[in-house]
Amino acid sequence: MAACVSLGTVALVAACNTGYGAAGGGNGSSTDLRGQSITVYSGQHPQTTQQLVADFEKRTGVTVNLKSDDEASLAGQLLQEGSASPADVFYAENPPALTTVQEKNMLARVDSGTLAQVPASASSPVGDWVGVSARAVVFAANDSVPASSMPTSVYDLAGPEWKGKLGIAPSETDFSPIVSEIIKAKGPEAASLWLSGLRANGKVFDSNETLIAAIDKGEVQGGIVDHYYWYRLRDEVGANKIRTSLHYFAHGDPGALVDVSGAAVLATSRHQQAAQAFLAYLVSQPAQTIIATSYSYEYPLRPGVQSKADLKPLDSLSGVTAAADLGDGKPALTLLQQVGLL
Amino acid sequence: MPAPLGLLAALVLLAVGAPLIFVVVQAVDAGWAPARALLHRPLAMELIWHTVALTAAVTATTAVLGFGAAYLVECTDLPCRRVFAVALVLPLAVPEFVQGVSWVSLTTSVRGYWGAVLVMTCSLYPLVYLPVAASLRRADPVLTEVAQSLGRGRWSALWRVVIPMTRPALGGGALLVCLYLLGEYGAFAALQYQTFATAIYTEFKVAYDTASASVLTLLLCAMAIVVVAGEARVSGRQPTTRAGTDGRVARPVRLGWGRAPAFASLVALLAVALGVPLAALVYWFARGNSSTLPQASVWSEAQLTLTYALTAGVIATAIAVPLALYSWRRRTRVAVAVERGAYLTRALPGIAVGLSIVYAAIHYAQPVYETSAMLVVGYVVLFFPLALTGVRAALAMVPPGVEEVARSLGVRPWRVLVRITLPLILPGLGVAAALVTLSASTELTATLLLRPIGTDTLATQFWTYTTGLAYGAAAPYAAVMIGVSVIPVLLLTRRGVTR
Repeated sequence: MAACVSLGTVALVAACNTGYGAAGGGNGSSTDLRGQSITVYSGQHPQTTQQLVADFEKRTGVTVNLKSDDEASLAGQLLQEGSASPADVFYAENPPALTTVQEKNMLARVDSGTLAQVPASASSPVGDWVGVSARAVVFAANDSVPASSMPTSVYDLAGPEWKGKLGIAPSETDFSPIVSEIIKAKGPEAASLWLSGLRANGKVFDSNETLIAAIDKGEVQGGIVDHYYWYRLRDEVGANKIRTSLHYFAHGDPGALVDVSGAAVLATSRHQQAAQAFLAYLVSQPAQTIIATSYSYEYPLRPGVQSKADLKPLDSLSGVTAAADLGDGKPALTLLQQVGLL
Repeated sequence: MPAPLGLLAALVLLAVGAPLIFVVVQAVDAGWAPARALLHRPLAMELIWHTVALTAAVTATTAVLGFGAAYLVECTDLPCRRVFAVALVLPLAVPEFVQGVSWVSLTTSVRGYWGAVLVMTCSLYPLVYLPVAASLRRADPVLTEVAQSLGRGRWSALWRVVIPMTRPALGGGALLVCLYLLGEYGAFAALQYQTFATAIYTEFKVAYDTASASVLTLLLCAMAIVVVAGEARVSGRQPTTRAGTDGRVARPVRLGWGRAPAFASLVALLAVALGVPLAALVYWFARGNSSTLPQASVWSEAQLTLTYALTAGVIATAIAVPLALYSWRRRTRVAVAVERGAYLTRALPGIAVGLSIVYAAIHYAQPVYETSAMLVVGYVVLFFPLALTGVRAALAMVPPGVEEVARSLGVRPWRVLVRITLPLILPGLGVAAALVTLSASTELTATLLLRPIGTDTLATQFWTYTTGLAYGAAAPYAAVMIGVSVIPVLLLTRRGVTR
């Protein structure tokens, strides 16, 4: 029964947004798309995306050709393909990937009805991509770290008490948004000092996956990661064997960051209706419910849908960080390179 | 014959060198300003130093291990030689990510320089082993016998006769190792050892800046040119066999009391290079909560992986023949430069090759875009230098003059090729194809970019799980990858162990 209700929602959303169902009446809107096919480039968690795509195909009859890869490779590929790109939708992991493609004027406007389904701050300020899910920046610490020495601010991590104990993964696309936040809060010089402190304190890891594993083994005592890495690790090693716990930075701290994964329609797509319908689906009740129950452990963004996992509630964290603040991440990157972390 | 051969060689060079053109065009776009900024940052010099130090050490260790193992297997009375001949190649089929992470999960002390030397030695020595073994197999036993009849001891004969004889194979293998290390990135990720390629990946993957990445890639190419030129000096260009060979198979060298230690050292090498990654896979599978047997589709994915990789192996070898023949027959400066130029792409990072093929295909060959053909082309371009090494080493063993004799007897040039030259180099062609096939079957970066939408290879499935930290579910895919690679190894190196 839930499925019937939600199928109605998708049809309704799609009908309202694109107007292609206006003449059809009744259930005509989704049958209009039946038999069409779209190509989706996805940098998101592959398995959850496969689940979403399968459900969308079942509901709309649209065939989805899904290409999963690292979001940066996909952005690079889109830039090389230019207007000849076979892609209709780009589903990224972090805003800077979308901003990079946006800067080349390659994105179409997202239907306003779709944008209205999630908080305005979670989507592109100019309305050419829509936020789908969110991830929070956290501090993962080995259980050997006493509660009294847990950091409340990312600034603490540059202090002498973390010397030789910290792990960082500066080449991950999740890391530079924190730097961008610090630049915004205190200016580039303070950010540069902070990074130098981190470099002096920390062991550099190549990915968040290896970082969280090293924290769990006690190779380093703690590090900044996105929350879901911890949940996925817990799944793999078992709740009784994990020796790491999560800590959230205080409200207002640059480390109290909530980052969005968004999706966009390519301006050159020849299947605009079907592509827009896919975006509408991603923020619909059924899709957000899949995200809420999947083991990618991200926060669904649609109001009223709560993650089924034991995540710290999204509204107890500082709000979603505006994509405009993050930009394409270039200033942060320059600083990372200047201090020798990249 | 010369004219068409030269044309063919030029075409092949153009095809496999296309990514370089792309990199140059992109770099010119960017100009020098961003590159200068990138090179003046604190990390740049450190990365260049890391690259040089690692390349030097690993090239030396792989040359010693690769040659030693090949000598023991091909020239001595070592027990279980057939098993060793196959098993020693298999580390090539271990995905680089597994090599790195398996060691780290054993002990974190492998992080850093020595860890990188150890792990890269384990995974790259087959690049030396395979061509050297193939050339030893076809070596003329008379030379060693003469040396010994003249009173030379076994070691002296080894040093003065056997090693010089295998020089092109040894040099070619070492060259591949060098170039691999210059462009390598994935395996160092887990070991936390950053090289110059890291800086390039950062530009591609964090800054989304293809232009700056291309400038840095050109610098990597400059390093590669130095290496390639150096190898040309070491390997020399002289043929390494004498005019008439009677085709006898050499009597195996008796190891005597040395049999046991020789056997033990090869077992130890295998335990380290193959045993550790396999043990890690078993551990992940046994301990991981995500562990399930792979879906039934794993067999079709294995078949697909093998089909793509084998096709690429055969094509790369086939097109390596005209290029190698061209330079082998002439040995002029130009001819040698042409052949050496073809090696440079091996130092290009996989993502640069992938994106350049994306660019070329979408602009000039749209119908094949994101088809199986495009992926196979990608593999051919990426791994062509491996094929070239195999073919080159095989040609060096062809006695000079046999072609001329046949031609002077009135045989047409193409028949000389089919009836004389190709049969002589056939085992070398098998090795060339095996090298490409094995490397292509674990390739990930370019595969993700170029594969037809909706298809999965074993490597992409492995990636799908490991990005979600589901190592238990990923392990069987890596195991199947190693398992299926036994097929090409058996198929292509079988001729060597029939004696």
